Amino acid sequence: MSSDDLDETITRTYHEQWARVVAGLARRFGDLDLAEESTAEAFATAVARWPDEGVPPNPGAWLTVTANRRAIDRIRRETKRDDKQKQAQQMYDVPPEPTGPIEDDQLRLIFTCCHPALSVEARVALTLRLVGGLTVPEIARAFLIQEPALGQRITRAKSKIRAARVPYRVPSADDLPGRLASVRTVLYLIFNEGYLATGPDTDPVRRELTTEAIRLTRLVRELMPDDGEVAGLLALMLLSGARHAARVSATGELVPLHEQDRGSWDAAVIGEGRSIVRARLATGIPPGRYQILAAINAVHTDAADARDTDWSQIVALYDQLLRIDPSPIVALNRAVAVAELDGPEVALSLVDRLDPSLGRYHAYHVTRAELLRRLGHSQESRAAYDTAIGLVGNSAETAYLSRRRAQLGVRPPTD
Amino acid sequence: MQYLVSVIDDNNTRANDDEMAAVAAFNQRLRADGHWVFAGGLAAPESATVIDNRADAAVFSDGPFIETKEYLAGLWIIEAADLDEALKLGAEASKHCNRKLEVRPFVEL
Repeated sequence: MSSDDLDETITRTYHEQWARVVAGLARRFGDLDLAEESTAEAFATAVARWPDEGVPPNPGAWLTVTANRRAIDRIRRETKRDDKQKQAQQMYDVPPEPTGPIEDDQLRLIFTCCHPALSVEARVALTLRLVGGLTVPEIARAFLIQEPALGQRITRAKSKIRAARVPYRVPSADDLPGRLASVRTVLYLIFNEGYLATGPDTDPVRRELTTEAIRLTRLVRELMPDDGEVAGLLALMLLSGARHAARVSATGELVPLHEQDRGSWDAAVIGEGRSIVRARLATGIPPGRYQILAAINAVHTDAADARDTDWSQIVALYDQLLRIDPSPIVALNRAVAVAELDGPEVALSLVDRLDPSLGRYHAYHVTRAELLRRLGHSQESRAAYDTAIGLVGNSAETAYLSRRRAQLGVRPPTD
Repeated sequence: MQYLVSVIDDNNTRANDDEMAAVAAFNQRLRADGHWVFAGGLAAPESATVIDNRADAAVFSDGPFIETKEYLAGLWIIEAADLDEALKLGAEASKHCNRKLEVRPFVEL
């Protein structure tokens, strides 16, 4: 095996096995810290040994055995220090309890990391570390946090899990809907931070985060294949992520949907997203938020040219979304679609009646700026661009909006 | 495992009759289901006296040790298998006493 092949095998094994090994250890030893550190050690051992000894026939089993040994070594060391040998003896002499399907371990891990008693930031960090296997420096970079602060956030979350006894199990049927909603929120936050970074000091689009979010959502979907909203979330991520190559121009500006080169969208990924949307529609079960958002994105990808977009269907989908999620942000997005269907004047009157709390949200001002521009109100449009630029964090979006604002000076030909 | 359930209040009004009745019924259930350890309501924070006897003589001073808009109005100590159970009981308790709550684990010895 060449060293490139070996690297690839190790990376693939890491992605495929990390969560499984951590989850198994967490169940066996009831300690997330121990599970994480022992798994990390097992992978480090693999990296050190596999080049000489070759990749074992069953890498997953090898990693599990190695990580278990590491965990037991750690317990021995710590208990010697604490002089609680007996307690440890009991712990590792007990044969592993009969287990359900391995998938249950991973689900337990995901639900624990996304427990509502933890802050949302902690849920995101813990999920990326324990389920995703990202390192602390990787997560810190992704969220523009100092490494020590992020490390502390993860440590604090783990000690809360231990001290407050957050149970390590899949929630009961009663609790499942709410708990699964928290899991989906965490996954979507990870995706969105990659899809459109909120801070200015980073790449505007970070595929490592969108890719990781998609990978984790696929995992949750495999584990909970009957949940329509998990399927919807995956479809939404695939359909949005497929536009990646077209979203930022060579000059580093964000490219709006209608100006994107649709030929550079990833057709295979779009195909997968659309087939999930179709399969969900075929169930006849009323769709939730993510399924509707996925359907909206599917309509966009139906059009080979932006001008062929079926806006009436998009407005209808937003109407449906508003019924289950009557938030001002949904209403704002609906107004953008209405502008295409009924013209900017109708849309602007909708936007101006929206909840004033939207004033803190840059997309509100972007929408107003674009509508005012189309209505020929350059002065007001410029003011709205100014406000939007003041609020926006993403560097590619700032670049795009600044150019749009500058174009207002010379009267745009057709807009 | 035991959890402290603190009742947080900010308007300095005593529980009304409905709240008292709902809490009494809830407490009966806590007892029946084996979750009960202790519960009680507290008098207003101004009734507190702070004591410091770390040095030579005990020093008594008037008032709560820290002035805050929100204060501890009462508490439960409950027995629960894990945080999920404690949060479920806490959510019911919040409904019955019509106040915000904080659930916090005791250190396990």
